[in-house]
Amino acid sequence: MKRVYADLHFCIDVESKPCSCAVRKAMKLGYGLMAVPFRRFSEDSVRQTKRLCEEAGVDFASRVDLEPRTPEELLVNLRKLRRRFDVVAVLCESKVVARQAAKDRRVDLLNFPQPDFRRAIFDDAEAELASGCMAALEIDMKPLLTLGGPARTRLLSNLRREAATAARHHIPIVISSGVSDEMHVRGPKDLAALASLFDLPNMQALNAISDNPAAIVKRNREKLGPKFVAPGIRLVKRGKNS
Amino acid sequence: MKVAKRRYLAVEIDSTETFVSRQVMDAVWSAVTKLFGEYGASQTGLSLINYDEKKKIAIIRTWHKTLEMVRAALASITQMENKSVATHILAVSGTIKALHCRLEEEHSI
Repeated sequence: MKRVYADLHFCIDVESKPCSCAVRKAMKLGYGLMAVPFRRFSEDSVRQTKRLCEEAGVDFASRVDLEPRTPEELLVNLRKLRRRFDVVAVLCESKVVARQAAKDRRVDLLNFPQPDFRRAIFDDAEAELASGCMAALEIDMKPLLTLGGPARTRLLSNLRREAATAARHHIPIVISSGVSDEMHVRGPKDLAALASLFDLPNMQALNAISDNPAAIVKRNREKLGPKFVAPGIRLVKRGKNS
Repeated sequence: MKVAKRRYLAVEIDSTETFVSRQVMDAVWSAVTKLFGEYGASQTGLSLINYDEKKKIAIIRTWHKTLEMVRAALASITQMENKSVATHILAVSGTIKALHCRLEEEHSI
């Protein structure tokens, strides 16, 4: 069966003009599913982006990026936003937030922006927590394109360690582009080739761009659908009380 | 003796500017050297077969074993002669003839 490639972190601004070009380019490069992040819930923006993707022939999933400063803030945001978005990602800037996100089953993606190369947040303890829940490790490829020299070397070293930790604990990896600029959009096979730089085998890299993200979106759509009762239980038919 | 297999890549240069073949190959070599060093670059056997300036499509040859290295290097190109650029691999094939067929079938080029 042909793979459906997905990019779960396509940071486009719907109001800007080059946005539709970027979506069309992504479609041309082979993406079949795209998740666009929103900072807050705005029905208009979601509808507008959905229409844009549908016009280009790409399946659209809404995503929210949570950037909480404390675990309490994360819980409040999750309670408020979980049922409004297909994908929930947490940008883990601190260890306490990362720990809370890893053990919460409502979180789909754990994203670790790399401000400080010496401070590893995604360690074995974090991975152990995440493996008990449904969370996947998201790796954005944009910094690999924009950084150069020693910064890129350090980033590759970090990503290699994170990917190895995820593999040890059987945590699915999701490779996303994280791009906001049309010129940084790359094809799925090119992203898989870039993933080989941090020792991710080609087949795993391809799964990280296709099967893993698609499974997350499918699972959440099912949960958000009206027929969902509990994991493994769904409404087949409504009967009449006799 | 085992014959080393070759791969031909059709690469689209996505930019508003136009470049000559030397500038394209300089950028490719520079990207390969930056990512894999001179030792790695020496294993790729890179060579430019053809470059269509109008269509902005280059046909590059490499070894089958180093295809993923070249793919990664091409994906990492963001600038050419200090101008913003992106490179996309349109097709990969074992012969130039099959590559042209694939380009025609999949991209109508």
